[in-house]
Amino acid sequence: MVTTSSSTEESAVAERDRTTDEVAAIGLARVVKSYRSGSETVRAVGGVDLEIARGEFFSLLGPSGCGKTTTMRMIAGFEEPTEGVVRLSGRDVTGVPANHRDVNMVFQSYALFPHMSVAANVAFGLERKRVPKAEVKSRVAAMLELVELGHRARHRPAQLSGGQQQRVALARALVNEPGALLLDEPLGALDLKLRQSMQVELKRIQREVGITFVYVTHDQGEALTMSDRVAVMNNGLVEQLGTPAEIYERPATRFVADFIGTSNLLTGTVAGSDTAGRHRIDLESGATALSTALPPGVATGSTVHLTVRPEKVRMGTEPPTAADAPDGPACSLRGTVTETVYMGASTHYQVALDGGVEISVFRQNSSDSTLVAERGAPVWVWWDPRHSYALPS
Amino acid sequence: MRNRTTTPYVLVLPAWIWLALFFVVPIAGMLSLSLTTGDVITGFQQTFEVGNYVTAVSTYWEQILRSLFYGACATLVCIAVGYPMAYWIAFRAGPHKSTYLLLILLPFFVSFVLRTISWRFLLADNGVLLGTLKSIGLAPADLQVLNSTPAVVLGLAYNFLPFMVLPIYAVLERMDPRMVEAAHDLYAGRIQAFVRVILPVSLPGVFAGVLMTFIPTSADYVNASVLGGTHNTMIGNVIQSQYLVNNNYPIAASITFVLMGLLLVGIFGYARALGTERVMEVHT
Repeated sequence: MVTTSSSTEESAVAERDRTTDEVAAIGLARVVKSYRSGSETVRAVGGVDLEIARGEFFSLLGPSGCGKTTTMRMIAGFEEPTEGVVRLSGRDVTGVPANHRDVNMVFQSYALFPHMSVAANVAFGLERKRVPKAEVKSRVAAMLELVELGHRARHRPAQLSGGQQQRVALARALVNEPGALLLDEPLGALDLKLRQSMQVELKRIQREVGITFVYVTHDQGEALTMSDRVAVMNNGLVEQLGTPAEIYERPATRFVADFIGTSNLLTGTVAGSDTAGRHRIDLESGATALSTALPPGVATGSTVHLTVRPEKVRMGTEPPTAADAPDGPACSLRGTVTETVYMGASTHYQVALDGGVEISVFRQNSSDSTLVAERGAPVWVWWDPRHSYALPS
Repeated sequence: MRNRTTTPYVLVLPAWIWLALFFVVPIAGMLSLSLTTGDVITGFQQTFEVGNYVTAVSTYWEQILRSLFYGACATLVCIAVGYPMAYWIAFRAGPHKSTYLLLILLPFFVSFVLRTISWRFLLADNGVLLGTLKSIGLAPADLQVLNSTPAVVLGLAYNFLPFMVLPIYAVLERMDPRMVEAAHDLYAGRIQAFVRVILPVSLPGVFAGVLMTFIPTSADYVNASVLGGTHNTMIGNVIQSQYLVNNNYPIAASITFVLMGLLLVGIFGYARALGTERVMEVHT
């Protein structure tokens, strides 16, 4: 939104505050983006519906080429959707150019202006909006303090380290107090240590300014630790939308289970349900497992993938007792340890189940537990049925 | 260990020898020649005659100024025509960039002199261009372009245009397109984005282009002699005739040094005005 004076800007802010509770900061309705590539049409985004609430830290997570960056660029106004509608604070902005949209972007390459000082970079947006000079000066100074770069105001971007340039890019966008801040893999170019401290820093800044953050990343750890909600994207579609815990604990599709963390996938057939609402699944290996959740539309007799996180799997050299496994031996599987990897805080085991499938098991190295089994030892593995989910095949 | 420290010097030696033989020695020879008296029959004596420079400037100041003026005009024409060309190829030509670059370099496959002579036919009083314009009434029947200042400036600009386009293209091509998007994202329209971001960031390319056109165009003599007639002689023509026609080597050499000195002063002044750190800085 371009405002020509501070008074209209204030009224725009007031307008925004009035609508805060009812209207989403960003709304995408059936948004499609396709490209012509020679004679072929490539669908980068294949119909995405999203509502991002005001003040939310929202992540678009997925592998490269999944459409997450294209989705963000359509919100920013650098790309126009082939079909569908983009709304900012309830206003339809489809077709509105980027310089007339009330969102600002932090680019992966930072895209700082090399011929300008740090302060001039940060002032750029405010000057274009014709904010009075004195106000520009004080807002730029305050923003540089927020990102702890006040002492670097007169430097050129090339004189700063990668982490500092990153913070200039952030300040340059945030100083405009946009309706939403779009971040395109902003930490991708930093090394691991710096990336981790910047994650904490970003989260702190987001809490302090209270602006909606839309964060594009292919790093699941980043998305899970920072976000209020995550949309996992694949092949131009949202595979799952939820809180980090929902995404991790209850992956909705096989792709999500694979992409987020490590998952064990066991293929089987739904055999029936018991009175407690648990579903019996006959695994390919001949064993039987129990699960409390079945995906919608999956009936008895259909093939499913049973997924269980490695840290939820329990393991012993003896079959589980009634105390260990309340559901009885039907839920425990026999196997052989093929690999043990000592990780310090935990030990990772690879177990080849009878019937051929290999699964991963993580065990915390807490004070009372030692190495459960050596390589080659026969073991039993089992888990609480509440920790396993059946996914459609 | 010893090898490792001497290797760079050994590698750079051929370049030093080349520069010494073909740059330092001729320049020193020319400098000493500019301070001699005598003629080609009796021989030239090293008399450290500074008067040669006084004669050179007092006799030929008009041609010197004209050369700098023509060079400046041709350079301005090159910027006006070359910047949009470079911009268009860098940002709009899509997958056909190399085709357009080849088209820009294509004239180099024909000799410089031949290309200049062909402009005589293009600009002839009743030639392809003027003849057509006159026949459809768009130009007065007595209009003459050949043997005029515009003809020389046009010829110079045409011949040196690629030297302006290529360095500007190189800078624009390397520019991060996200930077332009960032300008739009920060509420700049197309014009603001160009004036505030694209143009200033591409200045090093313009600077290089100006050096590569202004220096050779100011010192050129082919265009003036082919397209300029008798009233538009440039300093290059004077140097050429003093060397090869009048055999007045001391005067020819002193004019050469005057021109060189003026160009160097001009370039440093220009770099100063633009801000050297801005111009010399390599943007990544």
